[in-house]
Amino acid sequence: MTAALKDWPLWEVFVRSKQGLEHKHCGSLHASDARHALEMARDVYTRRQEGVSIWVVPSAQITASNPDDKGELFDPAADKIYRHPTFYEIPEAVGHM
Amino acid sequence: MYTQSFSVADQPGQPLRSVPPAEPADLLARFEARIDADGRIEPQDWMPQAYRKTLVRQISQHAHSEIVGMLPEGNWISRAPSLKRKAILIAKVQDEGGHGLYLYSAAETLGTGRAEMLDALHAGRAKYSSIFNYPTLNWADVGVIGWLVDGAAIMNQVPLCRCSYGPYARAMIRVCKEESFHQRQGYEALLVMMQGTAEQQAMVQDSVNRWWWKCLAMFGPPDADSPHSAQGVKWGIKRISNDDLRQKFIDATVPQAQVLGVTLPDPDLKWNEARGHYDHGPIDWDEFWSTVNGNGPCNKERLATRVKAHNDGQWVRDAALAHARKQQPRAMKEAA
Repeated sequence: MTAALKDWPLWEVFVRSKQGLEHKHCGSLHASDARHALEMARDVYTRRQEGVSIWVVPSAQITASNPDDKGELFDPAADKIYRHPTFYEIPEAVGHM
Repeated sequence: MYTQSFSVADQPGQPLRSVPPAEPADLLARFEARIDADGRIEPQDWMPQAYRKTLVRQISQHAHSEIVGMLPEGNWISRAPSLKRKAILIAKVQDEGGHGLYLYSAAETLGTGRAEMLDALHAGRAKYSSIFNYPTLNWADVGVIGWLVDGAAIMNQVPLCRCSYGPYARAMIRVCKEESFHQRQGYEALLVMMQGTAEQQAMVQDSVNRWWWKCLAMFGPPDADSPHSAQGVKWGIKRISNDDLRQKFIDATVPQAQVLGVTLPDPDLKWNEARGHYDHGPIDWDEFWSTVNGNGPCNKERLATRVKAHNDGQWVRDAALAHARKQQPRAMKEAA
């Protein structure tokens, strides 16, 4: 059961600047509900045609990784340089690959 | 717009930085190493209490300045000389409201609530830029605010785009993108007036005379009298000193004034070949501090207008919340 609303909750706003591009986080705002958040986001973040689509997400619904865990969380990728194309040497004669 | 390019204690006698509690040495070392490497601090990162406090004060003062800054210009929306100028002014004032929102959001990431910050402003505990405690007497003032006040703010805000605190820096990038329109529309409105009657030209000159010194003071006290700047520089919050920003502003503005056809009210203002900068006369810091401390011509009126606007909007906020509460169980029932 969701707790009864006391204040306008916080929403994170994501805007797609152009058809074909991804939605990008651009800021946050307080709004009473999702529709309200969308309208506020339009007024605040797209006054100069900065977007063709908006997502709003309750900030409380975002699960974020803990920066203190950065080491162990991302470490496994650090020693796997063979995952990058530059790891491999290809004769120049082959040209672009 | 807008910020005072320096941090003032919100209440007289309140120290800018209280004695910090003992911080864990390893965390502090990691924090300082990241700052020294010109890295960014994000909301979830550990930071010293004093860094957090300084940022909350500076960002919230900046946010307050944006929304109080809507008032002197808002007074002229209904009196703009044409529909075109009215539309432009509404757009600008709306931008300022948006800038306030970006900044309040950035401050909230530091753990201080929006309501708490607004309470501090409305109770008179929090400061905002002193420039808004002066009246806008005629239409030329609207142009001069765009040209000079926003011009001074841009000088100050561009370096803040590289501030060490990520959310503040990102908010400033967004603000700076919109700010150029503010300065250009003001300058252009003045250009039009300068092509008008002798009376209109005199209005522009009078306005420049009244605002020039106040704009120079916006950059804050001379470096020699800004003991707290050093900490801001060390933390990567302040990138350029008050005096250097002021100099940049003067050097950029003098040629603009020449093109416009106005003089700047400073008999000591002249090019210094050796320094490669303009020299200027002394700034009246007593008047500045008197305004900062609440005794400017419009301090009381601005705050009263702001509080009234907030109170008058209470029923709207309540109604939206009541509507959302009613919708919530309905939406859950449909989802079930």
